[in-house]
Amino acid sequence: MAHVAYSLDRVTFAYARGRRSASQAVIQELSCLVSSGRVLGILGPNGSGKSTLLKLLARVMQPQTGTIELLGESLSGLSQAYVAKQVALVPQETLQVFPFTIAEMVMMGRSPHHQGWGGWHWEDAEDCTVAHNAMDELDVRHLSHRLVNEVSGGERQRAVIARALVQEPQILLLDEPTAFLDLHHQLDIARIIQRLNHERGLTVILVSHDLNLASQYCDQLMLLDHGHIVKTGTPEEVIRPDVLAQVYGCTVLVDRHPQSGMPRVSLPV
Amino acid sequence: MKPTLDAPSLSRVPSSPGLERSVSTDVMANRAAGSERMLTRSRWWVWVSSACIVVVVVFVGCLGLGIQAIPYSRIIAVVIDSVMGLSMKESSGDPSSVILLQVRMPRVLLAFFVGGSLAMVGVALQALLRNPLADPFVIGISSGAALGAAIALLFGIGISVGSISALPICAFTGALLSLMIMYRISSVQYGFSVYTLLLAGVVLNAIFSAFIMFLTSIADPNRAFGMYAWLMGTLTGPDWTTLGILVLYLGAGLIILGMHAQLLNLLTLGEETARSLGVEVERVKKSVFLAAALLTGAVVSFSGIIGFVGLIIPHAVRLVVSADHRLLLPLAGLVGGMFLMMADTVARTALSPSEFPVGVITALVGGPIFLWLLTNRQMRLGMK
Repeated sequence: MAHVAYSLDRVTFAYARGRRSASQAVIQELSCLVSSGRVLGILGPNGSGKSTLLKLLARVMQPQTGTIELLGESLSGLSQAYVAKQVALVPQETLQVFPFTIAEMVMMGRSPHHQGWGGWHWEDAEDCTVAHNAMDELDVRHLSHRLVNEVSGGERQRAVIARALVQEPQILLLDEPTAFLDLHHQLDIARIIQRLNHERGLTVILVSHDLNLASQYCDQLMLLDHGHIVKTGTPEEVIRPDVLAQVYGCTVLVDRHPQSGMPRVSLPV
Repeated sequence: MKPTLDAPSLSRVPSSPGLERSVSTDVMANRAAGSERMLTRSRWWVWVSSACIVVVVVFVGCLGLGIQAIPYSRIIAVVIDSVMGLSMKESSGDPSSVILLQVRMPRVLLAFFVGGSLAMVGVALQALLRNPLADPFVIGISSGAALGAAIALLFGIGISVGSISALPICAFTGALLSLMIMYRISSVQYGFSVYTLLLAGVVLNAIFSAFIMFLTSIADPNRAFGMYAWLMGTLTGPDWTTLGILVLYLGAGLIILGMHAQLLNLLTLGEETARSLGVEVERVKKSVFLAAALLTGAVVSFSGIIGFVGLIIPHAVRLVVSADHRLLLPLAGLVGGMFLMMADTVARTALSPSEFPVGVITALVGGPIFLWLLTNRQMRLGMK
C-alpha cells in the first residue's frame, strides 16, 4: 500500500514543566513516514521517547516545533473529535477509580461520533451494534456488566482495545499492550492485533519493550534512542546484535525463531 | 512481508456455528442481567422521576415538622395553592400559612438547593480530580469560599449594591482560588495518590481557617458572633428574595455541569485518554471548575460551611444506581437535596425550641462514613 498514515517533519517535543530536564527535548527533530495498513513497532530503551511519540500521534500532546500530518492533513489544524474518529489510543494505564461497568467503558469509545451540545447524547442502536460487535471480537461480551476494576488485567486490556475499536478508527495506537500480562494473555493480545490488521486493514502502531514480540508481529520496526530514530526497517534489519548494542549498550544474542524464522533476541549468560 | 505464523493464528479465530449460538445466548444473558446496568433514556426517566416524587414527599414531610404543628391536609392545600399561582397575600391572614410560606418553605427549599448543589459539586470534583474522596469541604474549597465571604462581611464589601450582594462574588473568588491551588497540587506528580489530595486539603483548610480566625478576632464582636454561627453551616432565616438570588447563581452552575455530564464520564479515564477520545479537555476543565466554584461560592455565602454532603451522596448513588454522570449528576442533586432537607429538619426540631447548625449533623453522619471509605473500600476503588 502506498498510502501514508502519518508523515512527521522535524518534530520536536519537550515537557514544558514539572520535569527537571526541561531543556532536554524528549523527541528531537524526528522525521519519518508511516505507511497505512501495516503494523509498526516502536522500540527503544526507557526514556527514549516511545510513549511520548505515541501521544503526539494521538494528538494527546502537541509538538513545540515541526509538523505531523495525519492521512495528509495537518494534525494541529484538526479538531480533537475528528482525530478521535481516525485514531484510537490504547493507553498503558487503564485503572478506573469509579464503578463503571465494562459495557459502559467500551461505550465511551462512541463519544467522538456524538459531538453535540456539550457532549450530552444518548447511545443509539448503531452505537449498541458497534459496541456489541467489538466486545464479541475481543471476547469481553460476557464481562459487560462486570466492574472495570473487578476483572483481570488481561480482560481489562481486551476491553480497552474493544473501546478503541468502537471509535471505528483507521489507525490504532497501543502503548505497551502486553506489559503486565502473562504469556497466555500476551499471545492473545498479539494475535488480536494481527487479526485486526489483516481483516480490517487497520494501521497499527505499537510501543513495546518486548523485542521478540515486536519481531514476530510487526512488519516494520522503528528503534528510538534519546528522541532520535536510530534505525527503521524490517525486523531482520533492526533486530541485529550491532544495532541493539549501539542503543541498549549491551551485547545480546540474536538467532532465528524456530517457527517463523524471524530474529529472536536472548540475553547472554 | 509477513511472519509465517499468521496462518495458524488466523485459523484459531473461532468461526464455527458454535460461535453464533454462544453469541445469541450471550445476548439473552445480557438482556437478563447486564443491560439493566447500562443507561438508557427510559431508565434515566424512571430514576429521575421517581427521585423527584420522593423529593416532593420529603419536602412536604419536612414542612409539617416544627415548633408549631400544622396538619398535612393544610400543608398540601397551601402548597398546591402557591404552586397554582394564587397570590400569597390571599392566605396571609391565616398564621399557619404565614409560617409555612414565609418561614418554613424558604428554609426547606434553601436546604434542598444547598444540599443538591453540594452533592453535584462533589460529583464534578471527583470526576475532574479522579478521586472518589474529593468533596468541596474536605479539599478546602468551601473554606476558600468562606474566607472570601468573611473578607467581604468584615470589611463591609458585603453591603449590597442595589439588590446584588458582593458576598457571593467574593465567595466565588475564594472558591475559585482554592480550586486552582488544589488542581495544581493534584497535577504535580503523575498518578498522584488520593492521600496527597486529602493531606493538601487538610493543610489548605488549616490555612484558610487561620485567616478566618484572624479576621474574626480583629472584627467587632457583634459581627464576629454572627460569623461564628455561619461558619458552622446554618440555614436560618432566608427570605424569598435571597432564595431567588441563590437560585439564579445555582441555575447557571448546574446548567454548565449538566451539559458536561457525558464528558465527565470520559474525564474519569484520565485527561490523556479523554483527549484521545475526542474531548477538548482544557475547555471542559475550565467550564467545570468555574461551575464548581460558582456553586460552592453561592452555597457557602448563603449557608456557611456544610461538610461531607458532596462526599457521601455521590458515593451512595454510584454504589446503588450508576457511575454514569448523566444519571449520577441529577440523582446526586436530588438525593443530596433530600438529605439536607431531612438533616435540617432534625437540626431545627430535635432540641426544639432551640436549634443547632445543620453542619453538625452532616459532619456527624458524613465523618464516620468518610473514615469507613478511607479504610474499607480503598481496595475495590482501585486506589493506590
